[in-house]
Amino acid sequence: MTGKDAYLKVENLTKMFGDFTALEDISLEVFEGEFVCFLGPSGCGKTTLLRAIAGLDIQTHGRVEQAGKDISGLPPLERDFGIVFQSYALFPNLTVHQNVAYGLVSRKTSKPEIDARVAELLESVGLVDQEDKYPAQLSGGQQQRVALSRALATKPGLLLLDEPLSALDAKVRIRLRHEIKALQHQLGVTTIMVTHDQEEALTMADRIVVINEGVIEQVGTPQDIYSRPVNPFVADFIGTMNFLSGVAGNQAQVRLGDIELTTNNCPDGIQKDDPITVCIRPEDIATRGVTPDTENAVPTVIETLEFLGSFYRASLAVQDAGETTIRADFSINLVRDLDIKEGQEFTVALPSDHIRVYGEIFTHADDLI
Amino acid sequence: MAPAAALGIVRHKVSSEDWIMRGILGAIALYLLVAIVLPLYALLSKGFQDKDGNFTGLDNFTEFFTTPALSQSVANSLTISSISTVIVVSLAFVYAYALTRSCMAFKSLFKGIALIPILMPSLLPAISLIFMFGKQGFLTFMLFGNEIYGPIGIVMGEVIYIFPHVLMIILISMSMSDGRLYEASQSLGAGPVRTFFTVTLPSIRYGLVSAGFVAFTLIITDFGVPKVVGGQYNVLATDVYKQVIGRQDFEMGAVVSMVLLVPAVIAFAADRIIQRKQVAILTARAVPYAPTPSPRFDAIMTAYCALVGIVIVGILSVAMFASLVKFWPYNLSLTLANYDFSLRDGGGGDSYFNSVKMASWTAVIGTCVIFTGAYLVEKSKGFLAGRAAMQFLVMMPMAVPGLSLGLAYIFFFNHPGNPLNFLYHTLPILVICTITHFYTVSHLTAITALKQIDNEFESVSASLKVPFYKTFWRVTVPICVPAILDISMYLFVNAMTTVSAVVFLYSPDTALASVAVLNMDDAGEQASAAAMGIMIVLTAGGARLLHAVLTRGLARRTQAWRKR
Ligand SMILES: Nc1ncnc2c1ncn2[C@@H]1O[C@H](COP(=O)(O)OP(=O)(O)O)[C@@H](O)[C@H]1O
Ligand SMILES: [Mg+2]
Repeated sequence: MTGKDAYLKVENLTKMFGDFTALEDISLEVFEGEFVCFLGPSGCGKTTLLRAIAGLDIQTHGRVEQAGKDISGLPPLERDFGIVFQSYALFPNLTVHQNVAYGLVSRKTSKPEIDARVAELLESVGLVDQEDKYPAQLSGGQQQRVALSRALATKPGLLLLDEPLSALDAKVRIRLRHEIKALQHQLGVTTIMVTHDQEEALTMADRIVVINEGVIEQVGTPQDIYSRPVNPFVADFIGTMNFLSGVAGNQAQVRLGDIELTTNNCPDGIQKDDPITVCIRPEDIATRGVTPDTENAVPTVIETLEFLGSFYRASLAVQDAGETTIRADFSINLVRDLDIKEGQEFTVALPSDHIRVYGEIFTHADDLI
Repeated sequence: MAPAAALGIVRHKVSSEDWIMRGILGAIALYLLVAIVLPLYALLSKGFQDKDGNFTGLDNFTEFFTTPALSQSVANSLTISSISTVIVVSLAFVYAYALTRSCMAFKSLFKGIALIPILMPSLLPAISLIFMFGKQGFLTFMLFGNEIYGPIGIVMGEVIYIFPHVLMIILISMSMSDGRLYEASQSLGAGPVRTFFTVTLPSIRYGLVSAGFVAFTLIITDFGVPKVVGGQYNVLATDVYKQVIGRQDFEMGAVVSMVLLVPAVIAFAADRIIQRKQVAILTARAVPYAPTPSPRFDAIMTAYCALVGIVIVGILSVAMFASLVKFWPYNLSLTLANYDFSLRDGGGGDSYFNSVKMASWTAVIGTCVIFTGAYLVEKSKGFLAGRAAMQFLVMMPMAVPGLSLGLAYIFFFNHPGNPLNFLYHTLPILVICTITHFYTVSHLTAITALKQIDNEFESVSASLKVPFYKTFWRVTVPICVPAILDISMYLFVNAMTTVSAVVFLYSPDTALASVAVLNMDDAGEQASAAAMGIMIVLTAGGARLLHAVLTRGLARRTQAWRKR
């Protein structure tokens, strides 16, 4: 992406509601044709940022630039975007056709042209035969598609989606993820989507912007964010993560109680004996062919085995690390082959490539979302 | 990028759309300023002046409170209003209880009957009372030698006139209370009496208190009933009229109407506070209560409603009958002579058409202005100071009694220095006054409807580059048609029946039907007064009927997109 000029630039954006700072010093770039997700727990300021970009609630400080033009203070009418809200905001008294054509009618487009454009859009979202229905006569998923078609009808340079899928039930939601992504890819329209659902962000986005309490925590590709979270918040918010408190040892060493681990990811500036947090994902824990000589081998006792369909989630008690529990994923095969049972002793390894170390103490909060 | 620029507060570019919104909002605010704030100021300052316009401090008030004839009215008004309030709230409560908690038959009929008095000017039930209980009345014996003219008549008239207003408030709060509480209470073995005191009463207490305040305000500021049956018993409302029309003492009229303003403002403030509390209760998910049949209870409730219904229908029938006979009660042969208003004093036949004209203009212009204002207050962005000011302005009319408003208009518009002086004694000023008088309730109706519309329509519209007024016209207005019809019906019916505000403002050319009722009654032409009253009832009833037909038809035509 480097080298190209960003299509949308947000610079040092701050938004205050009275004394409350909803967004603080946000800077980010979105490139042409990109699909970017704003991801964060609810109330973190995602919608506020989206509305600032749209000009619906203009920021207190900072710049917004779109297609090389400073739009910081412009009203929404003078910006170039299409938007889909969580509620869809479809006009209930207009038919599907009228809704989709709504933005075209005032543009001196001829009637046949409008009809053709509406037909084309409805075709691409699979709603051709629903043209004359009213929104109330459609299912949630269909309403969502109408809202999307309406937003795209005027060929905006930027598509903004605010939690577009959260009002739908799980099955429809997963199908629409793919549809939206495919449509976006086909049209090549630069898109920003707000969501609090990490899975949605991971499956749809080209890049994810993780936001927490009004500040950006990390920007990166889904793989990046998942495998190299820059801080415990991101690590915790995305996917499942073990948080183990320990102290820094010599060089690339960390200590959890009596256990010494080697790591490749120790951040700079950490001195020996500093308190640290060691993170590893349950699926990254090595379970097969581990001997006491394997790097970072950890003897454990299996406390519980929870069957989760395609795998087991095991809780492993680590006595040597001071009564810590680690969650690890055991494949069905493994459990079957080795006849693993609760209460059994079992040695796993924490591969040094997958261990992440943070120089701060993090108390895991399960109810962050 | 210069860091200094990044730190500065972003200047919003105000779009031409915003200017249009602000312009219209400003125009409506200006209207309210001219139509309520400035007149009220003129009224208040008049109370501190002598006849020549010199500032005299509290002299007028001292005079008011030291003149026994005047200060007695304060006591009289409070007494009458308190007694009537207690009676009407109790009666309406049982009636509402019957409608919501029993399985009696004919519920919608009884509800319809109870609403009849809304269609009457308050003068009409009072005139009926005189036909029934006056010197030649056929029920006079029931008063055991007491006179209908005086407190008895006022209380009876007010109770009938206010009944539907109070009933509606209590009905709303009753139909909102949670049915699950009743099931819980019964499953815990509580008998009906205990359930009544532990569930029913607490759940509607705000509704009852609110109904009480509304009743008290309506009664103490009502002028029609005491004018007709008050006799020698003076109340504040009739005093204002007497001071201004009878004695041409405008300063004392201003003082009395300011005294009248006090209970109205207090009741208004209290009611607002209570409303806010009630809303908090209502937002909780409630399951409607479904009554179970109980033959004895249902029979008692039917009997009670029938009794109240007979009184209301009786009041209307007596007025109608008296208007159709030659000479009540001596010559009961039927005639339409009383409906030939051209022969009568105090108004003539034009007054009816003036009223219809005035009410139609009020409904049309009032609905447009009020709905547009409500829309801009509710949906426009930014311009916080302007919207906050507007929110304050729209609540003011509710706290000002009609008589005070009318008098305030004299002072303001009849002032020789006022460039709007040309409006005085014209039909437009009657329209302005009436729209203003009934502004608040209409505004709140519009706000309620607008709050149910998705707030993002304006955002979507802006993103599609469609100006807000197009979306207002194509989407917001069609969605709100039921509320718009409600508002125009409310304005029309009230414009037909109101007396208090317009009684100071009409001219011989713009006499109104309701005022004609007053003047014909004054002139001793009670049969014609009743006839004109019936004309008003029929017209207002016709408007209601039309409203019902339109609402029905509309619901059928739009059911495809309206979610039920
Ligand atoms: N108009 C407003 N006035 C005051 N506070 C607001 C307003 N809009 C949002 N907030 C606050 O700003 C924070 C961020 O809100 P929002 O952007 O809607 O969060 P989300 O990430 O869930 O979309 C929340 O704490 C919210 O309460
Ligand atoms: Mg949000």
